[in-house]
Amino acid sequence: MNGIPMEHGLMLAAILFALGLAGLMLRRSMLFILMSLEIMLNAAGLAFIVGSTAWNQPDGQAMFLLVITLAAAEASVGLALMIQLYQRFHSLKLDNVSRMRG
Amino acid sequence: MMTAATILSFLLPLAGTVMLAFSGERLGPRGSTFIGVGSVGLAALATAWALLAYSGASQGVTLWTWVAVGDFQPTMGLTVDRLSLLMMAVITGVGFLIHLFAAWYMAGEAGITRFYAWMNLFVFSMLTLVLADNLLLLFLGWEGVGLCSYGLIGYYYQHEANNWAAFKAFIVTRIGDVFLALGMFLIFVELGTLDIGQVLEQAPRVWAEGSTTANIAALLILGGALGKSAQVPLHTWLPDAMAGPTPVSALIHAATMVTAGVYLIARLNGLFLLAPDVLLLVGVIGAVSLLLAAFAALAQTDIKRVLAYSTMSQIGYMFVALGVGAFDAAIFHLTTHAFFKALLFLSAGSVIISCHHEQEMDKLGGLWRKLPVAYAGFIVGGAALVALPLISAGFFSKDEILWQAMAADQTGLLIAGLLGAVLTGLYTVRLILGTFHGEPGSDHARHPEPGRNPFTHHLPLIVLAVLSTFLGAWLYPGLGELFPAAPGETSDTSHTLLQVLATGAVIAGLALAGWLFVMRRQWLHSIAGKGAGARCWALLNRAWGFDALFKWGLVRPWQWLVRGLRFDFINRGMNLLALIARAGNAGLVRTQNGRVRTYACVMVLGVTVILISLVLTSGGGR
Repeated sequence: MNGIPMEHGLMLAAILFALGLAGLMLRRSMLFILMSLEIMLNAAGLAFIVGSTAWNQPDGQAMFLLVITLAAAEASVGLALMIQLYQRFHSLKLDNVSRMRG
Repeated sequence: MMTAATILSFLLPLAGTVMLAFSGERLGPRGSTFIGVGSVGLAALATAWALLAYSGASQGVTLWTWVAVGDFQPTMGLTVDRLSLLMMAVITGVGFLIHLFAAWYMAGEAGITRFYAWMNLFVFSMLTLVLADNLLLLFLGWEGVGLCSYGLIGYYYQHEANNWAAFKAFIVTRIGDVFLALGMFLIFVELGTLDIGQVLEQAPRVWAEGSTTANIAALLILGGALGKSAQVPLHTWLPDAMAGPTPVSALIHAATMVTAGVYLIARLNGLFLLAPDVLLLVGVIGAVSLLLAAFAALAQTDIKRVLAYSTMSQIGYMFVALGVGAFDAAIFHLTTHAFFKALLFLSAGSVIISCHHEQEMDKLGGLWRKLPVAYAGFIVGGAALVALPLISAGFFSKDEILWQAMAADQTGLLIAGLLGAVLTGLYTVRLILGTFHGEPGSDHARHPEPGRNPFTHHLPLIVLAVLSTFLGAWLYPGLGELFPAAPGETSDTSHTLLQVLATGAVIAGLALAGWLFVMRRQWLHSIAGKGAGARCWALLNRAWGFDALFKWGLVRPWQWLVRGLRFDFINRGMNLLALIARAGNAGLVRTQNGRVRTYACVMVLGVTVILISLVLTSGGGR
């Protein structure tokens, strides 16, 4: 592990985060948006791991466990919402759900 | 004994009102009529009892203290003296006869309970007014009669015009009432009391004769009297008040309420004697009113409007009497006027119901054979109105007024009174001829249904007709000792001369009327039909255009002012704030488009902006 410099790890995390963010903003299907969210969460988790390894602190590892737990909860809620969405609208396009406009 | 009878008479109409008002129509028309007429009848009996038990001395009775704030302690107190007993007798006696007649007149109308509740409340308020021993309680009665007048003018509330007439009566008299209230305040501030006896006692000590404050106080009270008694310039409400049922016109707008102003000035005579200029103004206003109204009465086509203008004219006579300091003569004429004007109004009511609510003179006519009782009422009442010598009640009271004006050397007032007598003859003859003689103008007048009920229809008319003859004048007790000496206490040969002159004026009026309305009828019609004659007719028909004067002089400018205020610039500024808020709202609403992806993008944008600014500021700090 020590062979990889911290900058590379953080760069990878930033690229993954940017990819996830781009997917979140550009994708229309809710399935892909959820996947983008997972990528962003994992990017953040990777940044924690990289940081904890570089400074030899266990806090980052513990934080990553919390992030995984959060991601699991988020996935279950998100998937439940997605099933509801499909049952109501027979489609996964998120732009259809815009009835709560001002 | 007497005070008990007075209190009974005072409270009985109130009891009637309370019973009727809380019965909620459960009593039915017969029950309501019974209670409404009965309570005033019992009050009349109690008044008769009080009159019999009256010892001659003035008595006061305090029911309870109304308000107690430091030295200001007005009471619910009644004063019984000759003047208030006389007024009580007129109010309950004539009031009872009118209530009785109303049982015939109002039969079959909707809302009998409401009618009698208002009528009883009116009698109670009027009794409060004349019995009150302090100005505040008097003011309560004063406002009470105004309220009842409003409620009864608008009795047929389903016609819009009636509601406007009621509004007009209420608002115009209210203008006078404001003056009266201000006068009361001034008296309280200056004299420290509102008790009428104390006011009259203290006023000469505090105010010098003719002092400015005394003049202002008298002027303010005069303003109140003008509004209530329908004298120029606050008179325009009275003709419109004829929208109410005819018994209401007889009771409120002829016999009692409109004479309250005369009563007020007579009651506060000491105050007016301290302000001789204002007292003279009372007489001048009376003379102007009596002439204006008498001319206007000549050109009316509605029989009730003729009677309304004649009421104004007769109250003008009373004001003339007050103006020359002959308070006794004013109250005398008030009494006889209550008899004969109530008779005239009830006879008119009889004609109106018999002819199915037809009251235009053009559509009546030829009724004298078919409606003999009403015709007799009109003849006797009309005789008293024109003051037919020796046999009518009106002659004695009007003669007294003219004699006092002459004795006070007020030649102008005397001439106005004599000219008024001629005009009275003219319009009375025109009224009787137009209603009862000539050809019937409509089917209603061709087939009238005369009133047949001897108790509710004939009896009030007959009793009032008897009271309108010289017998009514004999009943008047004379109040001489209550008032300061009138200018002409002792009569001499010039009084006899004046009587001959007044008789001449009456006969001249009647003869002129006979000549104009019988012999030269066609000629009169052609003159009034075109050119200057038609304009003159229109001017008199509208009573000298006072309504238009007030409309363009007061109401319209007020409306313009209000309209200007509604669009003023400060308000515009306020509206600008509201417009900005609304525009901001519209802009922000657009951002809430309900798309989750847009929200996400905007959030990213926001975070980016915050990050960039953080980087830039921390970079600047380094």
